[in-house]
Amino acid sequence: MKRVDHAEASSHFIKATKHLEFHDKRLWDLRQKRDREAEAIPEWEELRAAASAIKEHTLSHLAEYLEQFERNAVANGMYVHWARDAAEHNQIVFSLLEKHAAKILVKSKSMLTEECEMRPFLETRGIEVVETDLGERIQQLDDEPPSHIVVPAVHKLRRDVAQVFSRTIGTDSKNTEVAYLAESQRKDTRPYYLKAGAGMTGANFAVAETGSFVVCTNEGNADLSANLPPLHIASIGIEKLIPRLSDLAVFVRMLSRSALGSPITQMTSHFRAPRPGAEMHVVLVDNGRAERLGMEGFWRSLKCIRCGACMNTCPVYRRSGGLSYGATYSGPIGVIIDPTFNLRKYSALPFASTLNGSCTNVCPVKIDIHDQIYRWRKVIAERGQLPMVKKEAMRMAGKVLSSPKLYRLAVKAAQAGLDYLPRSMIYNPLNAWGKQRELPSAPKQSFREWYLENR
Amino acid sequence: MSARDDILARVRRNQPVAVALPEVPLFDSLVHDFKQNLERMGGEFASSLEIHRKFPNAKVICSTVPEVEGNRPLPSDPRELADVDVAVVRARFGVAETGSVWLSEAECGLNAIGFLPQHLVVLLDMKAIVPNLHHAYRHPAFREAGYAVLMTGPSATADIEGILVRGAQGIRSLTVVGSAESEVS
Repeated sequence: MKRVDHAEASSHFIKATKHLEFHDKRLWDLRQKRDREAEAIPEWEELRAAASAIKEHTLSHLAEYLEQFERNAVANGMYVHWARDAAEHNQIVFSLLEKHAAKILVKSKSMLTEECEMRPFLETRGIEVVETDLGERIQQLDDEPPSHIVVPAVHKLRRDVAQVFSRTIGTDSKNTEVAYLAESQRKDTRPYYLKAGAGMTGANFAVAETGSFVVCTNEGNADLSANLPPLHIASIGIEKLIPRLSDLAVFVRMLSRSALGSPITQMTSHFRAPRPGAEMHVVLVDNGRAERLGMEGFWRSLKCIRCGACMNTCPVYRRSGGLSYGATYSGPIGVIIDPTFNLRKYSALPFASTLNGSCTNVCPVKIDIHDQIYRWRKVIAERGQLPMVKKEAMRMAGKVLSSPKLYRLAVKAAQAGLDYLPRSMIYNPLNAWGKQRELPSAPKQSFREWYLENR
Repeated sequence: MSARDDILARVRRNQPVAVALPEVPLFDSLVHDFKQNLERMGGEFASSLEIHRKFPNAKVICSTVPEVEGNRPLPSDPRELADVDVAVVRARFGVAETGSVWLSEAECGLNAIGFLPQHLVVLLDMKAIVPNLHHAYRHPAFREAGYAVLMTGPSATADIEGILVRGAQGIRSLTVVGSAESEVS
């Protein structure tokens, strides 16, 4: 499989300067709103510590909690299915739709169904799948994956949305007013809730103690998808489990504050049992998670509650856009999850980071994100997945830096070289650093020379 | 082996060393203002309300509370709520920290009543407001409800350029009428 070239892909994103500028500003604004919320809560750090411990506890007893969840969910009247991988998940969903003769599926946002590539699977089998979250719908109609796990169309400007909507749902292409665009999608989507044979949601949390699951949205689209059609299917990754109802307080208090800087999502919905006359099915999906659980140094990424705070704060993400990662999960959390799906394909992603640690600092469940990014770099080097140029550069640097003599010689040579070498010798394909940057001019005197003179 | 047993076996094999489950306190340090927090999330607060003055153009009103007489009885199929202009329900309790109201199938009759009508009016006994989410999740009502929503303002979206639009997919407005004895006519 071809390696995703993040740097190459982001160079296209960077060229669209208006988009880049907006993207950077919008996500930084979310980060600042998050800060204001976090700072207003004196117990914020205690909440983070509790959230981290609850998740680590659950993951270290995951089999028990999965069994407890299943037992209680079945007792509540739900059906529980298990899927080893994406293919099994998609087949289970399709079989349910077939059994209920459902031709239209309305669904709220779920990164898991993106991960499983469920939509194309169902569409080739004659199911009309309607994404109901506004951002997700924009991306669906534009035939693009979401570029951010919370705000899927954040890389688009209103005029892009106007273009997509005029092409697909018949809006006036000259009208770029945001309220008009949102209202148009509302009017286009609402009839689908009434005629859909089935509704689908993901889940933010699944509570073992009560056999219930929680979905957080602002648009109310999950509640419409779940509460109108006669069949509700929820796809849930096995890492979404938490032990107790009271634990929800810890996570719900931090989720939207970390994601959007709002105290809570407009709707926090709890599903425990099917409503009369309707069926509720849960699909518990592994798809690599059980394997990740056994990876020393990486299993803590399973604590993630998908708030996107690490993405909003990441200077590389803000300036390269989610699509440039070429994976379901982008930004810092994506960088540490994606290689578990395919090491070779995603071997460039752990290098899309400055290792500044900001992601780790804002993470509400205290995942050691930047440490894991660094660990992935080691794994990728050890398994021979570094591209030739990077490998050679690192090999040379290793040699030079381990010998004081060689190092001093190199410093001298660089001083002279930067002053006298022709540009083509310095700014060539072997110098990735010099692609968008001018190298600084070298000082006349090195620190060592100064030290020897002045000590 | 079934997918279930296969997954559970793999999870068991790979579970990291046991970590203890912490006890979480109720964090009563802050005093929260329900009304202020509700308004921040786009909800409206009133201590009394005349439905027809507030919604002069409303034709179809569906009420599940004895205090308000609607002109549309609760249908048996939730999809028949699609043309309702204003729905009226009573919340079991509120959460001051977030300005949320708690609704379940017991209050709603049909879960969709909180989403499919254009506007929602929620009656709330101000004595039934808990300080924060830690208290809320200890409320026994959560364990009885098949469906429960903490609703905080109307449906909203900021998915296009971060511009806030209220009335995304669900209700366009949420009015909470809060009083010891809510007066609604």
